[in-house]
Amino acid sequence: MNGTVATTGRVLRQLRHDPRTLVLMLVVPSLLLGLLYLLWRDLPLSPFDGVGLTMLGVFPFVVMFLVTSIAMLRERTSGTLERLLTTPLSRGALLAGYGTAFGLAAVAQAVVTVTVATTLYDLDLRGPLALVVLVAVADAVLGVALGLLASAFARSEFQAVQFMPVVVLPQFFLCGLLVPREQMAGWLQAVSDVLPLTYAVEALQELGRSETVTGRMWADVAVVAGAAALALALAAATLRRRTS
Amino acid sequence: MDDAVTVRHLVVDRGHRRVLPGLSCAVPAGAVTGLLGPSGSGKTTLLRALVGVQRVRSGEVTVLGEPAGSPGLRRRVGYVTQAPSVYPDLTVRENARHFAALYGRGARAADDAVATVGLADAAGQLVADLSGGQRGRASLACALVGEPELLVLDEPTVGLDPVLRVELWDRFHALAAAGTTLLVSSHVMDEAGRCDRLLLLREGRLLADLTPGELRTDAGTADLEEAFLSLVRRGEGVSA
Repeated sequence: MNGTVATTGRVLRQLRHDPRTLVLMLVVPSLLLGLLYLLWRDLPLSPFDGVGLTMLGVFPFVVMFLVTSIAMLRERTSGTLERLLTTPLSRGALLAGYGTAFGLAAVAQAVVTVTVATTLYDLDLRGPLALVVLVAVADAVLGVALGLLASAFARSEFQAVQFMPVVVLPQFFLCGLLVPREQMAGWLQAVSDVLPLTYAVEALQELGRSETVTGRMWADVAVVAGAAALALALAAATLRRRTS
Repeated sequence: MDDAVTVRHLVVDRGHRRVLPGLSCAVPAGAVTGLLGPSGSGKTTLLRALVGVQRVRSGEVTVLGEPAGSPGLRRRVGYVTQAPSVYPDLTVRENARHFAALYGRGARAADDAVATVGLADAAGQLVADLSGGQRGRASLACALVGEPELLVLDEPTVGLDPVLRVELWDRFHALAAAGTTLLVSSHVMDEAGRCDRLLLLREGRLLADLTPGELRTDAGTADLEEAFLSLVRRGEGVSA
């Protein structure tokens, strides 16, 4: 527990010393969403509500995946990871610390993006905004967990950034935004069924269309959280104390 | 004197190369032991095995009465890697406080450790903005903060000016006088004279285990560099 708190504080302090990254994290999703809003604003049938909603889940996932995979890769290559593993800090506490720190950053990011989207861009969102933030944060933690896992398979930052399209784009293509899931070929739908982003997007769509919170929304959030926990456990298994 | 570390028949491969082909040695408790040898002689590999981060093929490494790498040892052993392993995007103080927290110590202990390595004036600076020598000392502070019983230091004086080097060695002896065991690697033979005991390593084998005085007498020269070379020329295995 102490180790988790110490790691969370340390990662947040590192972020604080890097204001440009912080600003990019907080502002870029809103700006990109604004671009989509302007793109479709004058069209009679704007898909902005559907796409914008989906992007609320995609942005935190992508950003946190990238940031954590690079951060953990740096720990591995700079020797700080090896050093941490000689201290009383447990591997689980280290990863939980990362998840908590970037989860908190994701709360700030989601609050900014959701607020901007619903006020400036008139995004049609019927469910409670707090739950939209919750789904975005669950998505961010999923991104953190997969980023930590992916860093184990990257030897350099060049490799690490290329895991982003590998991990993110298939999930994005198959999440139901480009083609409704019911209209996909059966096998693609089966693949879509096991990809966690599908559930995050579905949860956001549930929140978009109904004012009352549905059981399906909670089930979707649980799936995303479960996938994040699984990825964290796998990431812990890749952190070897003894290396050659 | 009791031994803080005993190594028996340690075999380590890195890649296809056998770095340690069956090393046996001991490190006495409460003293400064120098691990000396040319680069590539296996010093870092041995140190990594002691702190439990090196995959070993066979052999036995006992540290403070427990097998190396035991969870209980993580509180009792401090390790400073050759390349400074601190966070460049944090200040010196933040780094020290982070490691202090991991060892269950407070901000006070962290500030003391920073002062000990002579960085009190630079405590608020980002590590990225420090000189190479300062970075190394920041890294050392992060190990001192845990007040370990055994301190394993891999080339801690590289890139330090002579004044700082002397200060640091005085600090090492003060720690040893207070009961800490130190194992310090170096490839600079003139540092050998500052150690209580020397382990001379060459190509993964223990060439000698003696005091600096014995090394000088043995080789018949006051110059330790010269003495080491004459040992090498004389061949392998003076003591094992």
